[in-house]
Amino acid sequence: MQAAIVVFPGINRERDMAIALELATGHKPRMVWHKETTLDGIDLVVLPGGFSYGDYLRCGAMAAHSPIMAEVKRHAARGGYVMGVCNGFQIITEAGLLPGALLRNAGLRFLSMDCHLRVERADTAFTGHYQQGQTFRVPMAHGDGNYTASTEDLDRLEGEGLVAFRYAEPSGALTTAANRNGSARNIAGIFSPNLRVLGLMPHPEDLVDPLMGGTDGKPLFDGLAAALAA
Amino acid sequence: MKQVNQALAAEFGLSADEYQRVLDIMGRTPSFTELGVFSVMWSEHCSYKSSRVWLKTLPTKAPWVIHGPGENAGVVAIGDGLAAIFKMESHNHPSFIEPYQGAATGVGGILRDVFTMGARPVANLNALRFGDPKHPRTKRIVDGVVRGIGGYGNCVGVPTVGGEVNFHPSYNGNPLVNAMTVGIAATDKIFLSAAAGIGNPVVYVGSKTGRDGIHGATMASTEFGADSEEKRPTVQVGDPFVEKLLIEACLELMATDAIVAIQDMGAAGLTSSSVEMAGKGGVGIELDLDHVPQREPNMSAYEMMLSESQERMLMVLRPDREDIARAIFEKWDLDFAVIGHITDTGRIVVKHNGVVEADIPLDPLADQAPLYHRPTAETAKQPPIGPTADPIGLEAALLKLVGCPDLCSRAWITDQYDSTVGGQTVKRPGAADAAVVRLEGLKRALALTTDCTPRYVQADPEIGGMQAVAETWRNLTAVGARPLAITDNMNFGNPTKPEIMGQFASAIKGMAAACIALDYPVVSGNVSLYNETEGRGILPTPAIGGLGVLDDAADAVGLALKPGLTLVLIGETRGHLGQSLWLREILGREEGPPPPVDLAAERRNGDFVRHQILTANVAACHDLADGGLLVAVAEMAMAGQTGATLNPPPAGIAPHAWFFGEDQGRYLIATRAPGALLVAAVSEDIPAIEIGTTGGSDLTLPGGVTISLSSLQAEHARFFPEWMDQTHGDASH
Amino acid sequence: MKAIVTVMLKNGVLDPQGKAIGQALATLGFAGVGEVRVGKRIELDLAETDPAKAREAAEAMARALLANLVIESFSVEIV
Repeated sequence: MQAAIVVFPGINRERDMAIALELATGHKPRMVWHKETTLDGIDLVVLPGGFSYGDYLRCGAMAAHSPIMAEVKRHAARGGYVMGVCNGFQIITEAGLLPGALLRNAGLRFLSMDCHLRVERADTAFTGHYQQGQTFRVPMAHGDGNYTASTEDLDRLEGEGLVAFRYAEPSGALTTAANRNGSARNIAGIFSPNLRVLGLMPHPEDLVDPLMGGTDGKPLFDGLAAALAA
Repeated sequence: MKQVNQALAAEFGLSADEYQRVLDIMGRTPSFTELGVFSVMWSEHCSYKSSRVWLKTLPTKAPWVIHGPGENAGVVAIGDGLAAIFKMESHNHPSFIEPYQGAATGVGGILRDVFTMGARPVANLNALRFGDPKHPRTKRIVDGVVRGIGGYGNCVGVPTVGGEVNFHPSYNGNPLVNAMTVGIAATDKIFLSAAAGIGNPVVYVGSKTGRDGIHGATMASTEFGADSEEKRPTVQVGDPFVEKLLIEACLELMATDAIVAIQDMGAAGLTSSSVEMAGKGGVGIELDLDHVPQREPNMSAYEMMLSESQERMLMVLRPDREDIARAIFEKWDLDFAVIGHITDTGRIVVKHNGVVEADIPLDPLADQAPLYHRPTAETAKQPPIGPTADPIGLEAALLKLVGCPDLCSRAWITDQYDSTVGGQTVKRPGAADAAVVRLEGLKRALALTTDCTPRYVQADPEIGGMQAVAETWRNLTAVGARPLAITDNMNFGNPTKPEIMGQFASAIKGMAAACIALDYPVVSGNVSLYNETEGRGILPTPAIGGLGVLDDAADAVGLALKPGLTLVLIGETRGHLGQSLWLREILGREEGPPPPVDLAAERRNGDFVRHQILTANVAACHDLADGGLLVAVAEMAMAGQTGATLNPPPAGIAPHAWFFGEDQGRYLIATRAPGALLVAAVSEDIPAIEIGTTGGSDLTLPGGVTISLSSLQAEHARFFPEWMDQTHGDASH
Repeated sequence: MKAIVTVMLKNGVLDPQGKAIGQALATLGFAGVGEVRVGKRIELDLAETDPAKAREAAEAMARALLANLVIESFSVEIV
């Protein structure tokens, strides 16, 4: 699998992502500056976390118009894989690759803590190394992770099985307490209809090493590496 | 523009003597801009005129010290050809006036001090002191400061991994916001600020200059009066996005050979950066302000020289590398302007609109800066508190202590700081006595902590200064790290009062003694004086930031108990209750001498504990500090969700003194192999005693009283969320 | 010519900032405050001198970037 990480000005989790990808694939991903315009030979494009353009105006709004984004959209349209994490998820929704938007956290405070995600389906390239219904622990760190979409969009996402992860108790129960940022229907991540674009708020890339407290995030990268092995 | 005379000089914060000195140096009446330059360079903040004579007595050398005080930050070798670059700095006064921006720009400023030397910042910490939670203003200040630290640190992508928070009424009108940054660089790629190369271009990069923060350095050097609300326009606004770009652009440029010297524009902005760079290099500098990127129209030379607009750097470049540098900064959408050149005149010459606005000889500006040997008065020793009776019992006292503002859970704060960005945080806030951050791609890790116990310093400044240094050393040791060096942030009251200057001098004396005994020098620091409001001083607060190294991050131990372990107390327990939190929270008394610090025992006990950790005899470790033994047990139990059963105290010591005394130099270890540990302790003459075992979900006290972990946790977690949920007026940011 | 673009969360999208401000105003003793909504005001200095064209340009900018029509609505005023 050849992965590329897009570097927008203000992004800050690109190195974390590179470490996690290298651990899974055995080689370094390509770092792509946002003013570049080609993604030739890339299987997976990752839009990492951070504060692109300082989160000014709206999180992800300006990065969504960067030169590289036209190519990211073409890549997705060709059936290429795209993953947006945290700010990357915000950029993906602003760019219209996935529906909905990320609003200020319900409590109006930045939330940096571990949360638990429930895996809604395991038959995708992103989730193949998890079990459906299992929960895993993962750090989150965001001020604007409160997922919202129109009722029709939410119903469609659920109806078509496009919800990837939901905030849950370790037991798998979907509670308000587990849904710290107030997301609609506890949604933490969603897929595109072809299951090849994933957006999610928490950071699996920060939990891939036992020294950092666990490896719950690692199956996501291992699964991708296995599914996209050329 | 106003007439330059003694009255104006006084308005600028210069005394009559100091103004006379300006006249003598210049041989004429200075221009308005020149007077501005003198006033900021000779402010307490830039000149250290009251503190310098004492700071010089601190030990600053060790074989691993590469650069001690005098550079932008301290530099120590940590192995693998790498250096840790670190410093702590205060932003107290701005944080009182505008808590969010004051704290945010404090973080921004200390980050620049570190990356200007070539280091990638890898960790932020802080040391915060706030007023009485019941004071109407405190909540807004806490909320703003925490949001400001998070807002800036989270955005630049440097994890905030540690810190400390105290409350005391003495900080009601003067909170302390001390921010620390740690960065990593190769030992042979460290950048300094001494300018060189006659004719070399002087380059300005970063944000544009506006009218913000003019006279911030002098504001930081005067007491707050009732009119400080009106000083609001001088507060700077931070832009963490530009700071992030500046970090990346500077590090990219530093990978080339373009930079001769580099310095951030901090307090007193363009003035202090240009004066210090030229002064340190023994050269002259000429600036043409017409080329300074400006945010507002019609700025005067005075305003540009004194502006404290944030996120700006000044560099001297090799002339043949100007184009490379320009291309890098343009890539990152940052301003890049050649605003002058290095000269051989030994003078700073400032031109604007073709007129020379300032022309000052640099040597006398530095050499003849005022230096005061201010009178000192020693703090009277506190009489011992005498015997105390326990009015409420151990259980009630513990529940009260773990819930009090100084000991309760800090999760409400740390949950707002991104502590994991970078993917190298081995021990997050609350997981261990010190934060542990691994170096990317290596086994090696840094251990980091900030500590000070201001009530001890108030009661006995020398012991308090010693204790602050020793506590950081102990916290680093408790995770298994080898302590290397400290940065200090000296927060004190008005230095013209002998009792305040006496506190300062004695605290330095105690710190120096601890640094020497522990082989633990001071490599950087900052002084913040005049921390008083309307004549009432803060508790003297020499906040210490400690840095240690672990050869292998996997050796680091945390606080969390697991079942089936034995608890062993290392160090001697006499049951010292003077100045303890038990005395304050249970009996309402802030009295007595602080616990004595035996530096030889501190060193022996610490070296023993570290060795035990590194030989894998330790499952968890916690130093004993505020609240003493029982609070330490409770904290370890809560961290590991594992209970403990405690033995009765030895004969001859009252239970409350045993469990809540704050004797120094002690550690609580949880071990699987108590036998071996105790044997080793005996053979090295280290006081060690088994005090209990772990398991279950209750804390069982001698005599059989049980406290469930869930009730402990509820008390521990309660304060911040309840306090903050009482709605208050400001929902912005 | 100046265009002022006002961006607001759409009706029906929860505005937690507005809610918090409303509660704070109530505790400060300001009675009779109903719903509070928070938005953005963006001022654009335009070279355009024809008000109709200026409006058209500002609306295009709002649609492209200044507002996210999934959650926000906007209005343009030319002054």
